[in-house]
Amino acid sequence: MTPPAEKTILLAHGGGGKLTEELIRNYILPKFKSPALASLPDAAAMNLDSTSLAFTTDSYVVKPLFFNGGDIGKLAVCGTINDLAVAGAKPVALSLSLIIEEGLEFSVLERILDSIARAADESNVEIVTGDTKTVEAGAADQLFINTAGIGTMLDGVELGFERISAGDKILLSGTIGDHGMTVISQRKDIRFQTQLKSDCAALAGLTGELLEKTAGVKFMRDPTRGGLAATLNEISGQALLSIQINEPDIPINPTVQAGADMLGFDVLNIANEGKFVAVVAPDAAGACLDICRNHPLGKNASLIGEITEPGDVAMVEMTTKIGGKRIVRMPYGRELPRIC
Amino acid sequence: MGNRFGAKTTLLPDAGPGDIVLVHAGFAIQIIAEEEAKKTWQLIAEIDEFSDTQNRVSG
Amino acid sequence: MLERIYKAQQMMDGACKALGRQINIMEVCGTHTVSIFRNGIRTVLPKAIKLLSGPGCPVCVTDQSYIDIVLELAQRDDCIIATYGDMIRVPGGAGSLETRKSTADVRVVLSSEDALQLAKDNPDKTVVFIAVGFETTAPATAVVIKEAAERDIENFCVLSGHKLVVPAMRALLSEKNDRIDAFLCPGHVAVIIGYGAFGQIVDEFSRPCVVAGFEPMQIIEGLGEIARQLGEGRAELGSVYTAAVTEEGNTVAQRLIAECFDCADGYWRGLGEIKKSTLKVKDKFEQFDAFRRFDVTETPTEDTSGCRCGEVLCGLIEPSQCRLFAAACTPETPVGPCMVSSEGVCAAWFKYSRRKEKRK
Repeated sequence: MTPPAEKTILLAHGGGGKLTEELIRNYILPKFKSPALASLPDAAAMNLDSTSLAFTTDSYVVKPLFFNGGDIGKLAVCGTINDLAVAGAKPVALSLSLIIEEGLEFSVLERILDSIARAADESNVEIVTGDTKTVEAGAADQLFINTAGIGTMLDGVELGFERISAGDKILLSGTIGDHGMTVISQRKDIRFQTQLKSDCAALAGLTGELLEKTAGVKFMRDPTRGGLAATLNEISGQALLSIQINEPDIPINPTVQAGADMLGFDVLNIANEGKFVAVVAPDAAGACLDICRNHPLGKNASLIGEITEPGDVAMVEMTTKIGGKRIVRMPYGRELPRIC
Repeated sequence: MGNRFGAKTTLLPDAGPGDIVLVHAGFAIQIIAEEEAKKTWQLIAEIDEFSDTQNRVSG
Repeated sequence: MLERIYKAQQMMDGACKALGRQINIMEVCGTHTVSIFRNGIRTVLPKAIKLLSGPGCPVCVTDQSYIDIVLELAQRDDCIIATYGDMIRVPGGAGSLETRKSTADVRVVLSSEDALQLAKDNPDKTVVFIAVGFETTAPATAVVIKEAAERDIENFCVLSGHKLVVPAMRALLSEKNDRIDAFLCPGHVAVIIGYGAFGQIVDEFSRPCVVAGFEPMQIIEGLGEIARQLGEGRAELGSVYTAAVTEEGNTVAQRLIAECFDCADGYWRGLGEIKKSTLKVKDKFEQFDAFRRFDVTETPTEDTSGCRCGEVLCGLIEPSQCRLFAAACTPETPVGPCMVSSEGVCAAWFKYSRRKEKRK
């Protein structure tokens, strides 16, 4: 579609008046197919097959907006879908809230809207409601996105920390560090060329399959900010059990490792946007691994360790590649800039 | 390894394209002989093979 | 790989038996500190071998007054502070570069060349490059000092906090510190100065000095070689980092250092004053010396915060023996530089070792 004469977003586009209406009707609405959205009601009325729902919300402030393998739009859709997916739900609908900095080019907004529409479409999820605001230059960094997502819980699925017990295995669906390293490589101050791509992807299909074909999954989470280290520490801390993992079993793209080595980062702390960690019953571990490996998003899935009794304090311990042992702690601070 | 970082060769005037170098803080500081580099990569590969075996056994 | 580890372990076991006591080996390199922790190397060594972490983290051994000078300069409207990442969070008397970000122009650089480029791009400000590091990083600073001189880039200067490793090693031993049986020597420093430079320590103090790289196997084999020497009653110079380290080192880099810097007496956190242990910008380049340009000097003062980084840096105590460790002093709320630097001993201990959690 041709951008308006202005070519960039003006403050007035968020004013609620004529320009806002034009922006939404002519530029945003046509991107999305949802009938619920078409009449632009204040709220979307929905009929869901179940009253057992999952509901999530997320905000996306990634910088840069576009990176190898994705953009803020794709990230917003996939990230929200993944939160529903790892909760054991089938994602149904998303809300989409945009906060646009005055001066953002229409062409940039359009690319991102197209990306959002494409990602939602691929996962059979509808954008059913939304909001658009503009702020003056400097009050937001180009574009911030907020989403909320609704899904219906899959039949008979009960995931939770309380189900986890010593002996359960830890399944990781694929390589770690790809998203974070990709975004880092495009930072103005660190910039380096790389073949790396963000692993940004919607996991609902794979998690759905796992939950449908086995009964052994007890808990799932996607290791985004803070990486695998944060997720494992969260699990350990909530379940009050220790976790033992084996470094050699953790799948890492050598390019990611090399980049991390150059910059002094620990790959365990780096964000992922297309992976999940699952705690599974020991007798279901083999089957879960097979299901993942037979799915395009789980080709490099690996059983990386297990849940153990806590001892004095619950902690996450790793056996290193040379057979040594070290603790994996919750990462602190901001080793990395805005990555999601 | 798939990444490309920029580095200056001011400290290694004899370095040329194709040389394997050690880099620190944006400068190449030493040329590594190919056989030696191969030994390190071989070792890294050995460690990876070792872990693959572990994976098959535990998976 | 396993056989090589086993072989090194056997050498170490043999040495411990022969000597019949604990063996203390000190490493003096931040990158070694991190690699040892990340790979859990201590857990594969015989109990009788104790690895001490020494003053190997350049940010950690930088005195408080240097940091306060950086913070002072950061407050000036006419200055841009260009620094390697670690310095950002080091606490000074009143906050850090990070907490002062709203009032100061601070840029993180990966290379000294980036700092010089900032000067070229911002002709109306003076770029002060916070040049901290050992001999591995000093040549990079020398290169930009020369370039600034050659190209008349007047709005650039360097606050040199560069330090030399060998004088520190000597100071550690001279303090009648006979805990240290041997040194695992830093790989990249040796790339520059050559492994021969550690010969003085071997000759004067009869301690084995072996250079190793940073891969865990290098470190383990370096330790094995040291243990073998000790077990056989020898004290020699050695290197397992044959790929990158020669006896004489990188002479181009050494010449550049000599051209731009003088060796001066300087103050190290934990070690006090060490003669001829720091690099000061030479008179001929004095306009690029931030100390002279802004007329500031390091004046070491007593640290009353309770921080025991100094003792940690000499290998006299372990971080867990400091009252503040993991209590008031954590990576999020660091009291001293050893907890905030990515190569700091306290930070490494906090992140990677088993310790009793203080219940909240």
